[in-house]
Amino acid sequence: MATGTDRLAAPATLDDIRSCVHCGICLPACPTYRALGEEMDSPRGRIYLMRAVAEGRLDVTETYTHHLDLCLGCRACETACPAGVPFGSLLETARAEIERGGRRPLRRRLLEAFIFGVFPHPHRLAIVLGLLRRYRRWGLQALVRRSGLLRRIPPLAAMDALLHDIPRTDGAPPEFLAARGRALGRVALLTGCVQRHLFADVNHDTMRLLALAGWDVVAPREQGCCGALELHGGRLDAFRARARALAATLPSDVDWIVTNAAGCGSALRDYGHWVDEDATRRVAARSRDVTELLVEADLPLGSLPLTVTYHDPCHLAHGQRVRTAPRALLGRIPDLAVVPLADSDLCCGSAGVYNVLEPEMADRLLALKIARIVETGARTVVTGNPGCLMQIARGARARGLDLELVHPVTLLARAMRWEDR
Amino acid sequence: MALSASVVAGLQHLLGPAGVVLTREGRLTYESDMLTLYKGMPDAVVLPTSTEEVQAVVRICREARVPVVPRGSGTGLIGGATAPQGGVMVSMTRMTRILELDLANRCATVQPGLINLWLTNAVRDRGWFFAPDPSSQMVSSIGGNVATNAGGPHCLKYGITTNHVLGLEMVIGTGEVVSVGGKAADRPGYDLTGTMVGNEGTFGLVTAITVRLLHLPEAVKTALASFASLVEASEAVSAIIAAGIIPAALEMLDDAMIGAVNAAVGKVYPDGAGAVLLIELDGPRAEVEAQAERVAAICRERQALMVTVARDETERALLWKGRKEAAGAVGRITAAYLLQDAVVPRSKLPQIMREMVAISKRHRLLFANVFHAGDGNLHPLICYDDRKPGELERAQQANEELLHACIALGGSVSGEHGIGMDKAKNLPLQYAEADLNFMFRLRRVFDPDGLMNPAKLLPSHPACGEGFRPARPTLPAGTWV
Ligand SMILES: Cc1cc2nc3c(=O)[nH]c(=O)nc-3n(C[C@H](O)[C@H](O)[C@H](O)COP(=O)(O)OP(=O)(O)OC[C@H]3O[C@@H](n4cnc5c(N)ncnc54)[C@H](O)[C@@H]3O)c2cc1C
Ligand code: SF4
Ligand code: SF4
Repeated sequence: MATGTDRLAAPATLDDIRSCVHCGICLPACPTYRALGEEMDSPRGRIYLMRAVAEGRLDVTETYTHHLDLCLGCRACETACPAGVPFGSLLETARAEIERGGRRPLRRRLLEAFIFGVFPHPHRLAIVLGLLRRYRRWGLQALVRRSGLLRRIPPLAAMDALLHDIPRTDGAPPEFLAARGRALGRVALLTGCVQRHLFADVNHDTMRLLALAGWDVVAPREQGCCGALELHGGRLDAFRARARALAATLPSDVDWIVTNAAGCGSALRDYGHWVDEDATRRVAARSRDVTELLVEADLPLGSLPLTVTYHDPCHLAHGQRVRTAPRALLGRIPDLAVVPLADSDLCCGSAGVYNVLEPEMADRLLALKIARIVETGARTVVTGNPGCLMQIARGARARGLDLELVHPVTLLARAMRWEDR
Repeated sequence: MALSASVVAGLQHLLGPAGVVLTREGRLTYESDMLTLYKGMPDAVVLPTSTEEVQAVVRICREARVPVVPRGSGTGLIGGATAPQGGVMVSMTRMTRILELDLANRCATVQPGLINLWLTNAVRDRGWFFAPDPSSQMVSSIGGNVATNAGGPHCLKYGITTNHVLGLEMVIGTGEVVSVGGKAADRPGYDLTGTMVGNEGTFGLVTAITVRLLHLPEAVKTALASFASLVEASEAVSAIIAAGIIPAALEMLDDAMIGAVNAAVGKVYPDGAGAVLLIELDGPRAEVEAQAERVAAICRERQALMVTVARDETERALLWKGRKEAAGAVGRITAAYLLQDAVVPRSKLPQIMREMVAISKRHRLLFANVFHAGDGNLHPLICYDDRKPGELERAQQANEELLHACIALGGSVSGEHGIGMDKAKNLPLQYAEADLNFMFRLRRVFDPDGLMNPAKLLPSHPACGEGFRPARPTLPAGTWV
């Protein structure tokens, strides 16, 4: 796979497109194909459309844009593809081209302006979340709901429903936590934008567990956003600027850069592909999901009599090829029963901000996911990505199901006999 | 030829806007099956969900004299699910239900769009499986398997698709729904089920299929043997068959393919071998053990470099994953290829391998081989670069030479992929004029107007006088019939 470009017709990108042999092996892995059964909403069809654009058979039309926008960027097709087609980066290039052409409906453009104006900016995000909390507390939520506004503006409905999770813990983790016992080395934690504000406890627990596992952990306070959303949205220039900035902020002398949000981790691993510089390549090479480090450690885990099931976040299973580590960790918790989830690596519809931009498809996939979860009989769903945690929680709530959604780190922390070390 | 407004309105009224694809972007993605050399964009794609809807679609099209092209998962390798004359493509991807599981009678009735492997997945827990296993089984549809009479690795022992189809429901070209065969073992009258399997959509659309299910075998053993070249490996195949052993599967890959597969799924086959044989034995445990030893001994006698047996299910699955993804993995070595599907009598395998090496050298083209060696079904992927002038023509020439060599050895033009647009021109090599004429007349019984998947399967210009002449297909430049 060559260095990422901004044009589908660039020779390196066209070579990647042409490595698709049109065999269709990826079709059943694709959530949108599963939902619609349509070729143009399948990986093979999308690649075919990109090829048509690259070769000048097709213009960047609104319909073309629609089929690429409906793609979740989940990269399940990459896992399935025997030809090694790098679908994720092709999609990002295609979206960059769409960005330049600007053929999206006004409503979507406004939504995107809002999202990209807020999410990748931790400070602005904090302000917006603060407002949203008040919106709930003052009963505005109930008012808006009654007004019927939600029905007319589906993305608003999706945002509204997600708000149920807002009152989670906030607050930054400590900047440094020393290893317990002899240190194996030093790692840096990427604290993430959403993670930091909505799931601060996951960051705390991550640090405590890593320290117990023998790592000195630093969490630089001034770190910015990793740029994942911009990358997936095809805003490659903004993404590259963030990648350079983050790579410069993260200490260069650490053994690993640890992520606990699958979406961020997957973006970090792509840094070298998009920004071919020493610092970014180093970040990409050293990025690890927290479960990959913890699985190497001997943690003093106590009994946790609970039945859980595990959902694979796309950007962990497909984006980073991490599937066994989280399962192995859960398997080590005494008395914890892990029931396999059918189609565990089929996207839940969260996909970054997809559920806000394409709420209808997101809801269909969520319904599928919830149905599979209900089949397991488990009341607790474990998954290592804030987007999935919120999305599945929302689906459960809407159906009146009593499901607990937890990050694997949270579950481990709960089972930990902290005093034993 | 664009569709008339009344046809479009009729289809939309019938299926709703979400059931009819009219945009150029959407239709473009339906212009080819896996063999993208052939392109034919339909004027509309429809996605029905029931037999009644399929029937109504055919009636609308027949009224307006519009061609109808069925499509399953679009994994065909023959330019079958493509619309060279335009018309309406009927996608079966929303007809994926299992209509009935009747384990007491060892059968299941399914809708045509159901993915082959999903049927086995649904019954494996209870000890059953659906035997036809084309290497595309994780994606190809059972309807497509029936339409092409697909084979697969395990068909050596278990037989091809037609041996597992008990009954069919079809909407034929007249717009009638006909049911043939059924669960009972012996039906009075003509064996129409056998006639309809392999029709490639030229009789109409399969809308339901009753298939036989089999008990999972008690034991399975999978061995891997590597050889210095395809010729030695082929001699081992002939020797195994001659010894009276019928493995469940006997698959061969050559060095080019081994490289591609290893790049795709990790190092599953030994590097540096000229060819590997994947040999699977199944049945009662004691018999499988005994046969495995004999097979290993035969391979060693034939100069095998190495023979290993998968120790557990994970190792076995990995050996198979490599094989099943081979045709896709070839994307790692070439962007374009032709795929031959000719057959030779098993005993002629070593001979045709020598011939193939010669042809590949003569045309300076890479051949990557992966095939069902057990039944003599060759699948060389003839790699070419479509950006280099003249390479496609050279590849086509090499392809034809190989085909003629197979026929000369008493073989057949197609082992399992079917005829489609790709091999129609070759049928006269194998069938006499009278045979072809008879097939034309048979086709006309099901499809009196010549609207069902036109320009496929039968040659469009029969040498004979009384043949049925479908309208002249509009072929893209570069293809020849
Ligand atoms: C990786 C790979 C491996 C393969 N391995 C094998 C193999 O081992 N053995 C083998 O035989 N083939 C193999 N194939 C070829 C292909 O998968 C088979 O021909 C398969 O049966 C096609 O099924 P499909 O659903 O994709 O049909 P399509 O490609 O969509 O259609 C095939 C033909 O059947 C017709 N058709 C489809 N559905 C219907 C229906 N419901 N009613 C009437 N006509 C219909 C179409 O018009 C077309 O002519 C392989 C293909 C790939 C990509
Ligand atoms: S992306 Fe890969 S799996 Fe999908 S059609 Fe192309 S080559 Fe086949
Ligand atoms: S990234 Fe996901 S949604 Fe997009 S084509 Fe691939 S599998 Fe389908």
